[in-house]
Amino acid sequence: MLEPVRDATGAPFWQYAARGELRVQACADCGELRFPPRPCCPHCRSFEAEWRPVSGRGRIWSYVVPHPPLLPDYAARAPYNVIVVELEEAPRIRLVGNLVAAAGAALDSLDPGRIRIGARVHVVFSDGLPQWVPA
Amino acid sequence: MTLKDATAIVGIGRTPFAKHLAEDERTLACRAVLAALDDAGIAPDEVDALASYTMEETDEVELAKAVGLGDLTFFSKVGYGGGGSCATVAHLAAAIASGQATVGVAWRSRKRGSGPRPWTNTTVQLPTPAQWTRPFGLLRPADEIAMLTRRYMHEYGATRDHLFNVALACRNRANQNPAAIMYDRPLTREMYMTSRWISEPLCLFDNCLETDGALACVLVGRERARDCPNTPVYVHSAAQGLPAQHHGMVNYWNDDPLTGPAWTAARHLWKNADFTPQDVDVAQIYDAFTALVPLSLEGYGFCERGEGGSFTEGGALEIGGRLPINTGGGGLSEAYVHGFNLIDEGVRQLRGTSTAQVPDATTCLVTAGEGVPTSALLLTNRS
Ligand SMILES: [Zn+2]
Repeated sequence: MLEPVRDATGAPFWQYAARGELRVQACADCGELRFPPRPCCPHCRSFEAEWRPVSGRGRIWSYVVPHPPLLPDYAARAPYNVIVVELEEAPRIRLVGNLVAAAGAALDSLDPGRIRIGARVHVVFSDGLPQWVPA
Repeated sequence: MTLKDATAIVGIGRTPFAKHLAEDERTLACRAVLAALDDAGIAPDEVDALASYTMEETDEVELAKAVGLGDLTFFSKVGYGGGGSCATVAHLAAAIASGQATVGVAWRSRKRGSGPRPWTNTTVQLPTPAQWTRPFGLLRPADEIAMLTRRYMHEYGATRDHLFNVALACRNRANQNPAAIMYDRPLTREMYMTSRWISEPLCLFDNCLETDGALACVLVGRERARDCPNTPVYVHSAAQGLPAQHHGMVNYWNDDPLTGPAWTAARHLWKNADFTPQDVDVAQIYDAFTALVPLSLEGYGFCERGEGGSFTEGGALEIGGRLPINTGGGGLSEAYVHGFNLIDEGVRQLRGTSTAQVPDATTCLVTAGEGVPTSALLLTNRS
């Protein structure tokens, strides 16, 4: 499976995820959340940022079910799901992930036929990656 | 200074299209460029401007040396894959209208076996921020656009039948076009609905072809165009579009992901045009995926937001319909050459030489990829 190819701006997200925390970059001056992380705030142009804990609750905004041809590790799990989750406290912050049966389960552990846009999910962590389970 | 009708496309050229061509990209590029210049009746050594895509493998030095171009005073490459197609012509138009050059050639040459295919290579980053998508198995352009497609269908009630209408219109036109890859391969609803998935909700027939081939076109100022052998096809309006807070094919990260670059390009395009969407006789709409067409129909103002799916009903996209599209077969059924075949087909329509001619067509919209920073052209044969 592919590891996140980190950059300096995004690295804190993965450091918090490795500790089982979901945090989103926020402007330290105007407070606006932003994702994906970037060096500067598009609202007030501040370069000061902080990483704000979020509840880890959200709703499914959309989802896909990929089928081969895919990279071998993913083809072995296909068809699997990929979801986009909008966070409860900031619906415009949307995270890509997988809906799984339980923390640590594979990305094909849940029947794609059960996935619905709008369904409530919450975050869990496995090997430093956020995953989502039905709430 | 204005771009309006200041320049015209006077030559088009292409190689055959196939799943595999024996010649390399550089050779194909040379053949397409020379064919376009021959069509224009212009000698290669008169060319002083070039434009192509950043993803183009043949650079200006190689092309200019090989076919014997003159001294170049303008050359430009546009990024964002298929979003750059129309911008190549737009850049040449701006260069010629502003006096930086006099004869421009835009081209695209592609072989499936070379060039960037980042989703097949685990070490190369997509231009989109891969760390937020790829570990979760969102790997290919089809996956990224399928995510927006699902949301689009959910918000507006668009259906797979609407996407089929797009695929069918393109295939029907390809069935009239002997140069098209799918010339002798009709498509039925049964075939569409039972085909294999690529990334649900997108099936095989929602995805463009994979093609080897090259195309080119020649642009000159309007005075010079009148001396060329073919009907001049004027660049009436041209635009690029990168909306504020847009995020490429993973445009999940802004307030309104379902209004993309088409909306931005369209505002500029129509602002500088003497006609409106209702006056467009035929459109060549970038179709790497069927779902880009309803989005583009909305963005370019042919219908209201959310109505792009229902717009396709009742044969609207077929010859004789409200807006015939992709009359050579498009990327879905003629050839996928990052949209350059749509430009040349737009020229053919306005010359009256298409294999699926819209009677008396005088205006044509050509668009580049929606879902990435994009570009568009309004072409006309009236001036
Ligand atoms: Zn700020």
